[in-house]
Amino acid sequence: MSAKSVLLQLYKREFLSYFSTPLAIVFIIIFLVLNGLFTFQLGNFYQRGQAELDVFFSFHPWLYLFLMPALAMGLWAEERKSGTIELLLTLPVTIWQVVLAKFLAAWSIAAIALALTFPIWMTVNYLGTPDNGIILAGYIGSFLLAGAYLAVGACISATTQNQVIAFIISVVVCFIFLIIGFQPLLELFSDTVVSVLLKLIVSILVASVVLLMTKKSVLFYFISVLVLFVGLMLFPGILGGENITQGFVDAIASLSFLTHFDAITKGVLDLRDAIYFILSIAFWLLTSVIVIDIKKAD
Amino acid sequence: MINVSGLTRYFDSFCAVDQLSFDIKEGDIVGFLGPNGAGKSTTMKMLTGFLAPSSGSVLIDNIDMLSDPVAAKKLIGYLPEGAPGYDEMMVVDFLRFIGQIRGFSGDALTQRVAEVIAEVQLQDVLYKRIDMLSKGFKRRVGIAQAIFHNPKILILDEPTDGLDPNQKHQVRQLIQGMSKDRIIIVSTHILEEVTAVCNRAMIIARGKKLFDGTPKELLEKSKQHNAIALTLDQAVDTSAFDALPEISEVMRTSDNEWLLIGDGPKALHKVVDELKKQSVQPLHLAIEQGQLDDVFRMMTEGK
Repeated sequence: MSAKSVLLQLYKREFLSYFSTPLAIVFIIIFLVLNGLFTFQLGNFYQRGQAELDVFFSFHPWLYLFLMPALAMGLWAEERKSGTIELLLTLPVTIWQVVLAKFLAAWSIAAIALALTFPIWMTVNYLGTPDNGIILAGYIGSFLLAGAYLAVGACISATTQNQVIAFIISVVVCFIFLIIGFQPLLELFSDTVVSVLLKLIVSILVASVVLLMTKKSVLFYFISVLVLFVGLMLFPGILGGENITQGFVDAIASLSFLTHFDAITKGVLDLRDAIYFILSIAFWLLTSVIVIDIKKAD
Repeated sequence: MINVSGLTRYFDSFCAVDQLSFDIKEGDIVGFLGPNGAGKSTTMKMLTGFLAPSSGSVLIDNIDMLSDPVAAKKLIGYLPEGAPGYDEMMVVDFLRFIGQIRGFSGDALTQRVAEVIAEVQLQDVLYKRIDMLSKGFKRRVGIAQAIFHNPKILILDEPTDGLDPNQKHQVRQLIQGMSKDRIIIVSTHILEEVTAVCNRAMIIARGKKLFDGTPKELLEKSKQHNAIALTLDQAVDTSAFDALPEISEVMRTSDNEWLLIGDGPKALHKVVDELKKQSVQPLHLAIEQGQLDDVFRMMTEGK
């Protein structure tokens, strides 16, 4: 049996299992209701008098923050809790096939929910003449964003047997990846805070590498972090330059889902933004494979 | 068919399986015995490729489980402990899913599903969700998925645990019915199961192999193997039995029951003569097979 066919069968089972409980239907209904509420009530869709869906898409990063972890939380946690993971992984399948099948099944549910928002697209076309290219870019961006959230959720789900814990941790992790690109927050950080933070992170990183290589005690670790940090503070020239801190801020912001999502929904479907999301998904799925391999027997 | 050498598995610093080596060939029905926590399940998880060993190797039909797990797993049918299944699926859908993953499709799939259903008698629950099934049916569904592809190697982790005597009997019959030209490995802590279905017994405790032989050889290790069991309805002077060279020990097991430990078959006629001499009519006189419980305790507790 070909690997592709195994993937297809695994995908089919995962996808259908969403519908054998009310989860998929409830998810889609909540998705549509919240989208409507946010766009029309909070977003003043009509009052704006603009034939565009910017306001509709602008709520998605925040809406998905809670919806996508809910969709992904059971993917592995349930499998581990009920013991079916042992059944599944002793079938002639690879962990990669299962990870991919589960992720694609969840992503498909998200895609269905997103596709069912088509009335709003029809409305905006009925009321005016929007730029449908921008709207298409928005939909693609939103779909990619959902995928990134789901990949995070699937990976976190693999670390625990408890769905609720999986949900909460996923929301927190997704929130971090969102907030680091939030402009008002970035401006809050003064240069001093950023440079101190940067020095602390560098100290911890260097000390960790030293600890791993020398296998010294924890006390040694803390002392070396402290020494490195004080050293960097005393000689600001080493890591204190304006360019370095600004580069650091930019580097972090560029890791944010929000930065790339905003770029796509503005209608500029830059390949780099799309690749960022694809790479994020790949990273989290790869991490899932590693996590499952380590934790499957716990 | 199965070659295991130096199999070892640590969980952190705890050694669950310690340098286990054995070979199993076609036709062997192996009973994996051991107290709870002895490493039976861990060993099975490594045989089926669920867990990677810390060191050592598992060869399935000369395929290394570590280097080509998918090919090796194709040869194995496995019932994990507790017979897990997808709760929200109907029995028939679950079996079809397993069949598809095992490479069946179209008419062949439908036909095989029907055969397996008949084989483990699941007709009554086909359209029930797995979480609605009783323990016995759930176990049978687990066995059905394990035998679906007619595997050369069948590994069952505690297949009769928690079943009532009738269900146990059915499962054992099922195992015996499938045993031809196959390898079957059954883990259990129920001793009579080994004598009932297996032709090879393996005892594992603290991750080490303590015994590997036929159930008969295992019985022979019992202190009571070949002992004479004696039931009388009147008092008797047992010192005469003590004096017999073939009898090493006389145990009074209850008010009117005795156990004469030693070479029973040789001593039997002398014991009968002695009883006649004392004009005692035995109610019951028999050569004991031995007690598996005793052997098991002796081996696993190191007594």
